Amino acid sequence: MSAAFDVIIAGAGSVGLPAAFFLAEAGVKVAVFDPEASPGRGQNRAAIGGIRATHSDRAKIALCRESIDFFASFKERTGDDIGWRRGGYTFVAYSEPIETMLRTLVEKQKTFGLVIDWVGPEKIVELVPGVATAGLLGGTFSPEDGSASPLLCATAFKRRAEEKGARFFFREPVTRIRVEGGKVRGVDTPKAHYEAPVFVNAAGAAAREIGALAGLTVPVEPDCHEAGITEPVARFMEPMVVDIRPAPGSKNFYFYQNAEGQVVFCITPDPPILGTDNRSTSVFLPMVAKRMVALLPRLANLKIRRVWRGLYPMTPDGSPLLGRAAGIEGYYLAAGMCGQGYMLGPGVGALLSRLLTGRETPADRDAIADLRPDREFRGMEALK
Amino acid sequence: MVERRVKRHPILPPAATPAEVPFYWNGERLLARPGEVISSALFAAGIHVFGHHPRDGAPLGIFCANGQCAQCTVIANGVAVKSCMVPVTKDMVVESCDRAPKLPVLGEAPAIGETKTLDTEVLVIGAGPAGLSAAIELGKLGVRTLVVDDKDRPGGKLVLQTHKFFGSIEDTRAGTRGIDIAAELAAEIAALPSVTLWLESTAIGVFSDGRVGIVRRNAYFLVDPDALLVAAGAREKQIPFPGHTLPGVYGAGAFQTLLNRDLVKPCGRLFILGGGNVGLIAAYHALQADLEVVGLAEALPAVGGYEVHADKIRRLGVPIFTSHTVLAAHGTEHVESVTIAEVDREFRVVPGTEKTFAVDTLLVAVGLSPLDEFARDAVAFGMKVEAAGDAAEIAEASAATFGGRIAALKLARRLGLPVADVPREWEEKLAVLKARPGAPVPHAFEPPDLPVYPVIRCTQEIPCNPCSTVCSKHAIDLDGDPILGRPRFAGPECSGCAKCVAICPGLAITMVDGRKDPENPIVTVPFELAGERVAKGSLVLATGARGEPLGLFPVVDVKNRKAADRCLLVMLRAPKATAPLIAGIRVQDPAEMRPLEEALAGETADDVVICRCEHVTAGNIRKAVREGTRDLNEMKAKLRVCMGACCGKNCPELIEKIFRAEGVDPGKTTPNTRRPLFVEVPFGVFAGGSKE
Repeated sequence: MSAAFDVIIAGAGSVGLPAAFFLAEAGVKVAVFDPEASPGRGQNRAAIGGIRATHSDRAKIALCRESIDFFASFKERTGDDIGWRRGGYTFVAYSEPIETMLRTLVEKQKTFGLVIDWVGPEKIVELVPGVATAGLLGGTFSPEDGSASPLLCATAFKRRAEEKGARFFFREPVTRIRVEGGKVRGVDTPKAHYEAPVFVNAAGAAAREIGALAGLTVPVEPDCHEAGITEPVARFMEPMVVDIRPAPGSKNFYFYQNAEGQVVFCITPDPPILGTDNRSTSVFLPMVAKRMVALLPRLANLKIRRVWRGLYPMTPDGSPLLGRAAGIEGYYLAAGMCGQGYMLGPGVGALLSRLLTGRETPADRDAIADLRPDREFRGMEALK
Repeated sequence: MVERRVKRHPILPPAATPAEVPFYWNGERLLARPGEVISSALFAAGIHVFGHHPRDGAPLGIFCANGQCAQCTVIANGVAVKSCMVPVTKDMVVESCDRAPKLPVLGEAPAIGETKTLDTEVLVIGAGPAGLSAAIELGKLGVRTLVVDDKDRPGGKLVLQTHKFFGSIEDTRAGTRGIDIAAELAAEIAALPSVTLWLESTAIGVFSDGRVGIVRRNAYFLVDPDALLVAAGAREKQIPFPGHTLPGVYGAGAFQTLLNRDLVKPCGRLFILGGGNVGLIAAYHALQADLEVVGLAEALPAVGGYEVHADKIRRLGVPIFTSHTVLAAHGTEHVESVTIAEVDREFRVVPGTEKTFAVDTLLVAVGLSPLDEFARDAVAFGMKVEAAGDAAEIAEASAATFGGRIAALKLARRLGLPVADVPREWEEKLAVLKARPGAPVPHAFEPPDLPVYPVIRCTQEIPCNPCSTVCSKHAIDLDGDPILGRPRFAGPECSGCAKCVAICPGLAITMVDGRKDPENPIVTVPFELAGERVAKGSLVLATGARGEPLGLFPVVDVKNRKAADRCLLVMLRAPKATAPLIAGIRVQDPAEMRPLEEALAGETADDVVICRCEHVTAGNIRKAVREGTRDLNEMKAKLRVCMGACCGKNCPELIEKIFRAEGVDPGKTTPNTRRPLFVEVPFGVFAGGSKE
């Protein structure tokens, strides 16, 4: 069996799904391959759902702004309720160094036109009723950021992409990428081969392995974060709360109340837990609960329902790899999202669609210039 | 207000303490017994509806009574809690939960503490028959063993079992009541220095680092065992029919918990679906508590449980409808009636056979599923693990006690302890105890030419032999097999001691004694309901083996022997020809259990709720299947099945049935990913650590 497409995407996840949607919308014949049984079963399902544009670099800000516009208009555009809420993000400060760092960053973010401000402790108490006030110095608040359900998004993207003609091949991993004369020709799977002049590696945590199929070194190393979700309760807070104080065993943690009223939370282990093991550990619950209850004591009575681990496909500098891979014509990378694939996804997908149909904007060219896979990796993004 | 508490019970002792703890339900002052859980205190006040589902406003109440779901959530002193797990405290303000509960701001910061990690050689999850038996075996070997159980007393479901157990006296304490077996096993545990028993301690997950999270009261511990023995029991299967989520529809386990643990009457008139041992015994337990059992339906052409259990309730006056199923439970806030109908061999409803009964409760006893997640996770994480009892394979408690011992020895060997092989005869005995009952044989009995003799109505092969064991004349023969054979009186003589009558767990033996008056012998009938029903000098309606009425006969005496252990020996005088036919005493009239004039119709099948946490209907699930959904995880993403408060424990089995009904090969579907937690736990427990 064989079939011919314009574009083949490896990975029906946070990035591959919106990419397929926007490509199909642009009239491109697109096929998506994934080893899992249904959409979003890689790391998309592990995302907690936060969506913000308040990053510290030009490209991610632009991509996420486009994402937010899309998430916010998702229902009008597609008819699907994905649980979008524009609750904002607040980074809280309980120490002077963190206050200084956040205030400096706010000034930089404002220069990008982001709606974000430093607010005093009274405002934080208003945003997060019941928050611990001892030592609270204030924090940032960016009201345009928000959240939506990754599970609902994956379902909706797949359905809408299919409606527009995209084809999905589940339980069918890409096992070989056919390259002839330096040009992509197609892919093989255990079931068949498929022809296409363009291949997009949107394989998330498996981007390195998919890269190796064509002899590419894709500098993506997953590390593991642990997350959880509670029972639903009546709405008591709107924003995503981020606490970047280090503590033994962890860097930052963050949580919000989703559209169902459930609190979804996540912690960043320190030192990072490298690798692809995503089985739940016994360390997570006591560690995260202590920090969350200390920050917001009322959570003590909130029941945790489920925990899981997800992989952050990290790059050396904490920023995504986006654009043409050097050396192979027709091979594109949309990978290394560093745990932000879900919020970057629609922006990245829309950009890819424009890029592959010759419609890219000057802003797209800027983003690709910053995120091109063959860049020199320096430093680390401030809020990673 | 009528207090709905069990005031008299033939087997269970009366409640030790009166209801004197005041609390408030939606502003009304009520009284609870000290230590009583909220749900039982509410049931004692006749309150069955605890709230309404935020999605569709459907009434909610008790479902599992076991801490496993959240259907019984109420607001207690401002905080949403599972009412079946939280005891009433003095002046507690309890309110119904009709929407997403509020999360109160706390006046003071809660305690933050460290979580201790404890080492043990073996961790046993579950202190039921299998877990306790395993721990006893491990304790005898000196193995450091920690047993955890989420309830406040050891014994698991044994503490709900007022009837005498089957099996053999030597191996499984046959003839002893479940409640007393629990006490005996607990006493043995207490005498073993290497075994520690933690009650009110819930295992909430097995983690990939080999640790098991335990919530002990409000403290959190991690246990790092060298090996794990899972004896966590089973959960009750559900069957979705219109109205199955109404308050008043309960699993038999929930019902027995309310009735036999908490001595609360959950209902007045009930119907039972399921003719396995669980359903049959639940009917018996209801009758013991003076509740009316209107009928029992079983979809198969014969009951699946022991015939002796079925006959026991037939004689008491319970109609058994074989080849029948429940079509619907009706009611708005609570069950008001139930419609049943006949089914053919393919389980298709036979039109025109619908019957509606006015009842306030329907018990669903359609089987059990092993609670296998702990063992499955432990295996996946490379731990040394064994499962025993219902967690390994659904069978009788007698098999669980034996299975626990075997699993303990296997685990000890895997730990490298110098333990002999599991004796082959143990494995053989376990296989016998797990054996399905044999085909029923019609009761045929020719009275022997003796002045006194027993009549044994044990109509199928089941693993049980105490009648033979206690017979001082060795006159009861087991047809060749030491335990599975059907007992019969082989003679040559009977001493008239009636020990066999008193010990038979199936109440299947009577004794005919014509020594004083050969023409009007005395028939000794075992009776385990309230003694007031069979007062000396009164007339009682005696029935034959299958409950057929034989006439009114005088009670000439009632013996309450210590050795008979609360089984009354009721002595009736009857004519010589009738005496050997008398098998039991009727307490309710099946003729009065008539259906309503007109049968009611149910909702359409599409409206039936499959996921009771998120109220996802069969119609929506079927639609997703027809759209091509084959991955249960995708179904979850689309519809929120497996996402609710029961932590995905209940609906996957029901969804699998829909897959099958839609012609989808279950082998082509992807199961939902299971993750901790096993039950929901508040943040404060993890944050507070191991401080108690």
